[in-house]
Amino acid sequence: MLNISDIMQTVNMIDHQHLDIRTITLGISLYDCADSDIQKCARKIHDKICRKAERLVATGEEIEREYGIPIINKRISVTPIAQVAASCDGDEYSVIGKALDDAARECGVNFIGGYSALVHKGFTESDRKLIMSIPETLANTGLVCSSVNVATTKAGINMDAVALMGRIIKSTAEMTAENDGLGCAKLVVFANAVEDNPFMAGAFHGAGEPECVINVGVSGPGVVLRALQDVKGASFDVVAETVKRTAFRITRMGQVVANAASERLGVPFGIVDLSLAPTPAKGDSVARILEEMGLEVCGTHGTTAALALLNDAVKKGGVMASGHVGGLSGAFIPVSEDEGMIEAVKSGSLSIEKLEAMTCVCSVGLDMIAVPGDTSAETISAIIADEAAIGVINNKTTAVRIIPAPGKSVGDSVEFGGLLGNAPVMSVNSAGSSEFIARGGRIPAPIHSLRN
Amino acid sequence: MKAIMTVIAPDRVGIIAGVCSLLADMGVNILDLNQTVMEGIFTMTLLVDTGTSSHTFDEIRAALISRGEEESLSIHIQRADIFEAMHRV
Repeated sequence: MLNISDIMQTVNMIDHQHLDIRTITLGISLYDCADSDIQKCARKIHDKICRKAERLVATGEEIEREYGIPIINKRISVTPIAQVAASCDGDEYSVIGKALDDAARECGVNFIGGYSALVHKGFTESDRKLIMSIPETLANTGLVCSSVNVATTKAGINMDAVALMGRIIKSTAEMTAENDGLGCAKLVVFANAVEDNPFMAGAFHGAGEPECVINVGVSGPGVVLRALQDVKGASFDVVAETVKRTAFRITRMGQVVANAASERLGVPFGIVDLSLAPTPAKGDSVARILEEMGLEVCGTHGTTAALALLNDAVKKGGVMASGHVGGLSGAFIPVSEDEGMIEAVKSGSLSIEKLEAMTCVCSVGLDMIAVPGDTSAETISAIIADEAAIGVINNKTTAVRIIPAPGKSVGDSVEFGGLLGNAPVMSVNSAGSSEFIARGGRIPAPIHSLRN
Repeated sequence: MKAIMTVIAPDRVGIIAGVCSLLADMGVNILDLNQTVMEGIFTMTLLVDTGTSSHTFDEIRAALISRGEEESLSIHIQRADIFEAMHRV
């Protein structure tokens, strides 16, 4: 029989350290739903999602009960809608947004991702129509998540798209002003977006993916924190080794759940995303892990190095535990969704500039950051451009999910509730960037994109 | 299905008897059992086979949890493969 202390360790991880599966995400291809009549297209999309995802939530709950592991979210990602709707007449893409929302509700999932466009090198007509409909769709739906890829290492940065997304984010915030700009919490602007990301709001089912696929995102900041509390004062060699061992265990659990879901749903397994995803709950914070390494408050000098070690060790530990690793894989640093990050911002230790530096070494980017409501569209675009540049030059995914909270200023906070949490409004640089953004065009791909 | 059960509670007379008779009543076979008392806390892990029972896993789980609530025991039952995956390379 298994060692009693190993068994108790697992039970403790689940009961007291918030170990859970963050999401089982079912990717569904919608290419076969194309139709010149947008109403017909929307109906085909709705019906296909309901058919394919019919048993997703029930199966997730069954696995949860049998394995005794909480599976927090069951979600769906679909082919970027700008590609599916390209043959539709008219530009009422919000009809499709509504169909996605209805289908998600009927299936019982809590988010559906893929109201997306990939415009890193330029716009198709359909991409433009989709992007223009994002504010309305996010205001009129509850479960739809949207993402736009504006840059890749191979193509460079589409600065026209960067400029447009600043305006779209502003407009989304205004259209959801009564909820502190909640729509922006469901909108991600990416550089180097991945096709198999199971996490929201940036999940979509990429062009190279199969008909249907199961991707699983693990979590476990609380478990890593607890493990590091046992090696207080030890050298970084020991810290890295401890994180690796813990990440291995967390990921193995994710792999078991992924295999079970894949088998029971009759859908191929795609990847396990090795991410440390925090929640606003106490003891489930990435910031607290960094502080456990010896930083007084997250955001102080040393934070980037601590995050770099954490991010790398999570991948090294996790990669051996899973057959296929993908998605974003690393440590997430969303401000509003991480209790320690929220406290660090409130204490004045964590600024948007430091977060930007941290995004050079973490798995994503400036995530769930509330800024004053009067922040201009150009400033938001410039923030996106900076993040995209970090992603493009460093060959990694970066993203911006920023909320210019209407009517709010520094010192206020916004409340989204649930996993989205609450965020103190952070200050941005007041000097303008509008002439920079007005130039438009493309920032060319870096020299190291020429690898052939 | 092989499952691992854990039972944790302040130590007192009759915990093993109570849990094991419930398992016997439901036809669940105990394959292995490990028990210790650490600083007054009773801790037991059992490897069980639910395949010998006419009840479904969900029924067995619900019965154990409700017995746990009645008698102030913390009882978990989980498929065994999760532990093997997490603790064996």
